[in-house]
Amino acid sequence: MPIPESDVKWVEEARLGFWEQLYVPAMIDGLKTTIGHIFSPQVKTEQYPEQEPKMPANYRGVHRLNRDEKDRVKCVACYMCATACPAHCIDIVAAPAPAEWADREKYPETFVIDELRCIYCGMCEEACPVDAIELTTLYDLTGLSREQMVFDKEKLLSVFDQTTKAGTDPVRTRAGRLSVASEAPPGQ
Amino acid sequence: MPPFNPVYTAIVIVALVGAVLGLCAFLTLTERKLSAWMQDRVGPNRVGPGGLLQPMADGGKFFLKEEVIPDHVDKLFYVLAPAAAVGTALLALAVVPFGSTVAPPDPVAVTAPAAGGPTPVETFERQQAEYRSHFSFVLNPGLDIGVLYLFAVGSLAVYGGVLAGWSANNKYSLLGALRASAQIISYEIPLGMSVLGVFLIVGSLNPERIIDWQTAGGPYWLLLFQPLALFLFMTSSYAEASRLPFDLPEAEQELVGGYHTEYSALKLGLMLLSEYVHLIAGSFMLAVLFLGGWSLFGLESVSDDPIVTAVLRLLILCGKMFALCIFAQLVRWTIPRFRFDQLMNIAWKVLLPLALLNLICVMVVKQMGWPLVVLTGTSAALVVGAGLFSVWTAGSVTNPKRKVVKLPAGVPAGVTYAS
Repeated sequence: MPIPESDVKWVEEARLGFWEQLYVPAMIDGLKTTIGHIFSPQVKTEQYPEQEPKMPANYRGVHRLNRDEKDRVKCVACYMCATACPAHCIDIVAAPAPAEWADREKYPETFVIDELRCIYCGMCEEACPVDAIELTTLYDLTGLSREQMVFDKEKLLSVFDQTTKAGTDPVRTRAGRLSVASEAPPGQ
Repeated sequence: MPPFNPVYTAIVIVALVGAVLGLCAFLTLTERKLSAWMQDRVGPNRVGPGGLLQPMADGGKFFLKEEVIPDHVDKLFYVLAPAAAVGTALLALAVVPFGSTVAPPDPVAVTAPAAGGPTPVETFERQQAEYRSHFSFVLNPGLDIGVLYLFAVGSLAVYGGVLAGWSANNKYSLLGALRASAQIISYEIPLGMSVLGVFLIVGSLNPERIIDWQTAGGPYWLLLFQPLALFLFMTSSYAEASRLPFDLPEAEQELVGGYHTEYSALKLGLMLLSEYVHLIAGSFMLAVLFLGGWSLFGLESVSDDPIVTAVLRLLILCGKMFALCIFAQLVRWTIPRFRFDQLMNIAWKVLLPLALLNLICVMVVKQMGWPLVVLTGTSAALVVGAGLFSVWTAGSVTNPKRKVVKLPAGVPAGVTYAS
């Protein structure tokens, strides 16, 4: 659809006056600005290794597996996250839940995430029906080998312990309990 | 001319080249720090206290990196180019005074000696002995060709770029080299033309004599009489050194690295070094020609001790040079780069006519015997006149306007049609 003629505004280039044509005053103006910045710098740089950034609570970093009140893994091994994962980095082996776990039929015998394949899209935490898997604000994920970067269930649960202790829970839950952000909006 | 003393000259060469190369290294640090502060960043701050050892790290990196010579280059000229660039840049230092100097004696007219008086030869030898008794802080004292040599060597600088660009057999390099040659040759002319006035006023090309003229009988810095020439010379010398408002030859945005695209390791380092050497030599010349050399409002002769005075004058002149280098860096991070047509227009349509008119003013003033203060007025008048002329022509001299064709009524905007 072409733009109607009435919407087109022709803008003429501003004519430079005598002062601008001299060029030097404009240069001095520019120098004033830059030299002013030299003597009163407004540096906002974070000195990274010494000064750690504070990540927003909805940052998508390393995964964690949440625990419930009885310190059991919350996951019910439904494979929703593994199905939703576009990078196929989640590998779950389900097993029948122990008899004393009355609230579920299955639990994950192994739960392995390849952190190198993961693209940190957050689809797994959206897919999870019991808010068991979440992305935390841990951003500095490093390792010396590929094997180290494949996180098993214990490692993922330890991430939960670590982040809960540090008080950096993700926005969806608070230490495994649902937070305000995940509640249904009022009126539904 | 004083006799040539190889030992003395060798010592001065080593000291001067060492100092200049060291200063080049630290100018890269000031460059990065200044730009960082201007842009509200921190700048290099990890190597040494406050990043002070960063130049060492950079230099070490240039030494240790792999030296890649691509297969498709013309090997001889490819290897020769960095040497040509640095060599010609360093040659300029041969005539640059960097501390206390005295003017060489005038030539002695050969006339019949008065009865009992000294013969012309005796007078000449006495004057030379007196001149030699002063320690001159210049590599080649008493060289009458002086600044002319500097311009001759400065023009050779273009060979480094052209050789590099041509031998690299690469389109980016070639474009950079073409731009470098066009720019440097164009700006040679206003560069030389702007200081002709100084030579006319002083009556010598010898930098020592030019300093002497400015210091004898009070600080008559040529800045006072030739402010326009100072400005033109400074602008042209930035263009000669490919400093930023004029750094078309190595425009990173368009040409990867310009003529040094194909260079790596120490050869790249030499290419970058040569620009800083140009900047230092240009700043020295600026300080010598226009800012009174080693004089600074009487500070240069506070002490009676000759050694203290020599050190003081060395510090004053080098301080002026360093301040001018810093100023060039401030300008670099303040003014946006010119387009290539603007670059050429400025050289040929603004700087060159202004330099010529300034030269004519000097000629007239000298011929009429008017006081030199008149030249200050003519400089200001030329600047104002140029501004008024630009207003009158609506800036169309340096920036020719393209005609804006409005679409005829009824044709929707955004539709192009052939007229």
